[in-house]
Order: sequence, then C-alpha cells, then structure tokens
Amino acid sequence: MQNRTTKLLTIITESVLETTLARELDRLNARGYTITDARGKGHHGVRNAGWEPSSNIRIEVACDEATAGAIAGFLEKNYSDNYAMILFTSDIEVLRLNRPPSTAT
Amino acid sequence: MIDPIILFFLLGAVAGLLRSELRLPAAVYDFISIVLLLSIGLKGGIELARQPFVTLLPQMLAVVALGFLLSLVAFPTLRYLGRFNRADSASIAAHYGSVSVGTYAVAVAYLGSREIAFEEHMPLLLVLMEVPAIIMGIILARGLSRETRWKSIGHEVFLGKSVVLLLGGLLIGWLAGPDGLSSIEPFFFDLFKGFLALFLLEMGLITATQIGSLRKHGIFLVAFGIVMPLFSGLVGTGLGWALGLSIGGTMVLATLAASASYIAAPAAMRISVPEANPTLSLAASLGITFPFNVLIGIPIYYTMAVWAHTALAGG
Repeated sequence: MQNRTTKLLTIITESVLETTLARELDRLNARGYTITDARGKGHHGVRNAGWEPSSNIRIEVACDEATAGAIAGFLEKNYSDNYAMILFTSDIEVLRLNRPPSTAT
Repeated sequence: MIDPIILFFLLGAVAGLLRSELRLPAAVYDFISIVLLLSIGLKGGIELARQPFVTLLPQMLAVVALGFLLSLVAFPTLRYLGRFNRADSASIAAHYGSVSVGTYAVAVAYLGSREIAFEEHMPLLLVLMEVPAIIMGIILARGLSRETRWKSIGHEVFLGKSVVLLLGGLLIGWLAGPDGLSSIEPFFFDLFKGFLALFLLEMGLITATQIGSLRKHGIFLVAFGIVMPLFSGLVGTGLGWALGLSIGGTMVLATLAASASYIAAPAAMRISVPEANPTLSLAASLGITFPFNVLIGIPIYYTMAVWAHTALAGG
C-alpha cells in the first residue's frame, strides 16, 4: 500500500448551482468529485434544506494543488459575489488500496 | 365553512412561527409537488383529448401575452416606486408575472367544493404562463445583450421541474385519454386533496420562515405583495371574460394572473440573474402573496368573476 499526499478542496454552496458547477469542474480538470446535501447557517442565514432555494451542497474534490488553486480562483471570480459559498482546502492522504498504478481514481 | 386544506396551511404557518420541530423531509416535499404537478397536467390532458387544439389557440396566445404584460407592469412599479435596483426589480417582476401551481390547486379545490364548473383545459394555460415572465425578467435585468447565455437559460426555463412535469402530464393525459387513465385515477385524482393538504402544511412552514426577512425589507414589499395580485387578478378577470370563459374559468385565470411563482422563477432567476437578492422575491411571493391569495384572494377573484359576468354581460 502506497499512500499519496494531495489536496482536498471542499466547496459548500447553494444546491441550485449543482449542475453548473459539475460542468465547470469537468472543464477545470477535476478528475472526480463527490457531492452531498448539506444544511447549516452562515452569511446568508439559516439554510435548512426544507426546499430547494434554502438547500446547500458540499462538493469535495481530491486533486493536486495547482488544480485546487485554479478551481478556487475561478469560483471566487465568478460565483462567490452572488452566491452563498465557502471554499477551503486541506491536506489529505489518499490511501492506495494496492490498486495497479494505471487505474484512474 | 373554511376548507380543511386551508387549515393545514394555517397549522404549518403557526407551527413555523412558534418554531416547532415539525419539518417535512425535503424528499417528501419534492414527492408531493411531483404528484401535484402530474395530477394537474393529467387532468388538463384528458380535456385536450376531447377538444380540437386549434379552438384553444386564441386563449393560449392571450395568456402568453398576459405573462409578459404583468411583468412589464411590475418592473417599473418596483424600480421607481419601490426604489429597488434593476436586478431585484426584474427578478421580483418575473416572479409576479409567472404563476404558482400551489395557488392554482387551491383555487381548483375551492371551485370543486362548491361544485362550480370551470374549463378543464386550464392546466395548459397554467404551463404557458410559467415561462414568458421569466424570460422577460431576464431581459429586463440583462438587456438583450449578446453575452447572455440563452442556451443554458433556455435549458433552465423550459426543462425546469414544473414545466417538464406539467407538460409531461398533459401529454400523457392527452395520449391516454380518460379511459386509459382510469387505472391510475385513484392515486392521482382521488387522493389529490390529501396531497394538497400535506403540500399546504409544508407551504405554511416555508411561509413562516419568510416572515423574518419581510421585517427587514419593509412596508413597500408588503404592500406590493397585496396590491399587485389584486391588480393582476382584475386584469385576469377582464381577460377571462373577454375570452368567453365561464365564471369558474374566469376565476381560475384571475387566480393564475394574481399568483406569484415560487418554484420555476426562483430557480431560473438564481441562475440567470445571480446578483438579484433571492430573499426579496421569495419574501414577497411566499411571505405575502401566497398566503394572501390562499386565504383572502381566491374568494375575492371569485367575486370579481361573478361581478364581471353579471355586470359586463348585462345580467
């Protein structure tokens, strides 16, 4: 088992952006992402996920630092002014479960 | 006697205002609204199977024009009287030109419990009225600039949940006809009011969450949320009468004109005019106009329809 250190970019934003952002992430070379429903409270008040306009999503992208930076920069420029959005990165270690190296994540 | 479905709405609103723990899971709300949209579409589709499409063309064109017109009246009112910025004015205008399926369902239930007939093809007019104001709202906010991504906006507007389900229901009802639908009738038609009751319970809860933001945005929005539907209802009544609809049909058209969207318009405006503040339009359409229409407006539109048919037709 050989572990690999990389970045985890987490985006918490409005559900209404899901389709748009999924398209942008593909374009910005994210090799994969995970989207989960989320709820909480922030600058835009309580977002309790009772129905779509008050629902949030949490998008997680494991990628290298350059890709994380490119995605974050793009979202900040185009979306963060007008949408509820928070971005953060963390260092993670992706566990390679003895897969042959050629297999994509 | 107050209709029990209205009591469900009040229960939700009171529970929400008292900060009760009551919450319908989002998936349940989605499911109920899918059932309602399909039921309404199917009902209209059955009627379309019965009459030639061409005879409805004048009505179809008239309601599309009505959708454009109402948003064009709302926009300058909000911009110059309400002093909202351009994006907010355009977004709220789109909500008020478009329609609310929930309000439509309550109007149908109101007529049903009084055994008043109306033209059953109204769902066709409902779906036609969803879209024009949204397009107008985007134009009012953006202008007709080349930068506007009409392709993705078109996708958002015409393939949104409510348009797809209403149109889909209409088509299925039209293709299957009344006999073909008899097997699914118990679920979609007999249980309609039960689903509507649950839907209104959730709407009550959602309405209650909007009250807080209304306090921040002041008296103009509250006044607009009441006066605009009354004005639109009057225009709808006049149009219904001019198109030769029955009293029931005139009342339904007035209700459609008076209602403000909270499903199709918010989603489309959020994507297409992101700088507009969504709290403003939702506070007005859900916090004020929806409860106003459901509790007070619908009986008023009925009175208007009766008045139009007796006064204008000379008895």
